Amino acid sequence: MSDIWGGMTQAFWLLITLDADLVEITLRSLRVTLTALLAASLIAFPLAALISVRRFRLRRVTIAVLNALMGLPPVVVGLAVYVLLSRSGPFGVLGLLFTPTAMIIAQVIIIVPLIASIAHQSLRELWSDYHDLLISLNTTKWQRIQALLWDGRRALLTAALAGFGRAIGEVGAIMVVGGNIDHATRVLTTAIALETGKGDFALALGLGFVLIALALIVNLLIHWLSHTESEGRW
Amino acid sequence: MTMLPLIAKGATVRRRGKVLVGPVDLKLGPNGTTMVIGPNGAGKTTLLKMLHGIVRMQKGTLDWACPLEDAQQRQGFVFQTPVMLRRNVRDNIAYPLRLTKVPRAQARARAEDWAALVGLGDAVMRPAHLLSGGERQKLALARALIREPEVLFLDEPCASLDGRATREIEEILQAAAAGRTRIIMSTHNMGQAQRLGTEVIFVLNGRIHEFNPAEDFFALPDTEQARAFLRGDIVE
Ligand SMILES: Nc1ncnc2c1ncn2[C@@H]1O[C@H](COP(=O)(O)OP(=O)(O)OP(=O)(O)O)[C@@H](O)[C@H]1O
Ligand SMILES: [Mg+2]
Repeated sequence: MSDIWGGMTQAFWLLITLDADLVEITLRSLRVTLTALLAASLIAFPLAALISVRRFRLRRVTIAVLNALMGLPPVVVGLAVYVLLSRSGPFGVLGLLFTPTAMIIAQVIIIVPLIASIAHQSLRELWSDYHDLLISLNTTKWQRIQALLWDGRRALLTAALAGFGRAIGEVGAIMVVGGNIDHATRVLTTAIALETGKGDFALALGLGFVLIALALIVNLLIHWLSHTESEGRW
Repeated sequence: MTMLPLIAKGATVRRRGKVLVGPVDLKLGPNGTTMVIGPNGAGKTTLLKMLHGIVRMQKGTLDWACPLEDAQQRQGFVFQTPVMLRRNVRDNIAYPLRLTKVPRAQARARAEDWAALVGLGDAVMRPAHLLSGGERQKLALARALIREPEVLFLDEPCASLDGRATREIEEILQAAAAGRTRIIMSTHNMGQAQRLGTEVIFVLNGRIHEFNPAEDFFALPDTEQARAFLRGDIVE
């Protein structure tokens, strides 16, 4: 018990003095996750809009695949990325394994299905609203997609935040492809796992507080956004 | 090149094995204003949408006097329940212009003119979903007219307007009709049909039951059903 208490006080101390390791790890976490989020959004938003406006035969299949991918254990995604990026793998020459880029790739794969699926739910509804008008105005597919993405932007933000929450707290895949290397690929979650294993509760707890704070902020934002959305409809 | 006449031959819309409209044989000439009337559920909305080309026909043909792609660009539709884009009133009205690459500032300026014309001048910056039912119909009308379509379909455009707004809208429609816009609209308001219409399509059970000049129709319809409808009786 005294261990934990001591850890807590030390953790607060680390936070207040802006401990160099803590700051470095937090910033790396943010950099990796925000980059992954940006890339994932660029893929997921247009995809969600496309499957909303198109009646192509594959829509059901696409949605089913997205839903299945959402349920993939992240550590398995990590394993797959590891195999692809490892020296003997097809992308081995790029030398990406155990770099932040590898972690970003893994996170993108994990959150694209989540973001696309949440975004699709709202855009689908928007499309059923807009359908008659946009068809009547003789819009091109691309113009329809643009209208949905623009007018549905708040719902898209909510979807992105959900993706952020999932990515920032993810540990399995990141550990496998990043390797948790000090000053290179160590991020909040992997550091917590390591420090806890070593019994260094102070740093682990400090990192934990940061992680919880980030997750809380994001959840509050989601809540606030979806609240304003249901109130004013946008 | 002129769009009209529009010629429909055996045009039929079927959903779930049930014929909603048709077979329709119809020729809409270049002049006049056509009123589509008939009881609830008769198929007026479906007929208008079919002519506009946004519901798929299971049978028959629909031919404009010009290539279909042209025709699609040169016609507009005002829906019975107007669709509000999640934008403000001005950007809603400007939207059709933005689709044809009119610069934003110019599109907005013209949208503001149209907003003023339909009586929404004070509401241009309001989010469209906050408008009342009648205001939404005015917005939809302005949005349809801003492209100056040669053919304009309107599905009960005055359904939730009060007397004064109805008159204002009718004036706008008359001005458009006096210009180069060919109007085909449905209505439940027989006074309006008489004021605006030069010809009447009476729809019953998905078919065109009567298609006559407005004067003749309102003086004495050909069929017993149309007479009953005009008297306000139940149409069998
Ligand atoms: N997609 C659809 N699937 C099945 N039935 C439909 C569909 N759309 C319309 N209908 C039916 O077709 C009939 C004609 O509908 P329509 O909306 O054209 O009538 P209307 O003459 O416009 O009526 P109102 O005066 O009430 O507007 C109705 O019985 C309606 O329930
Ligand atoms: Mg109708």
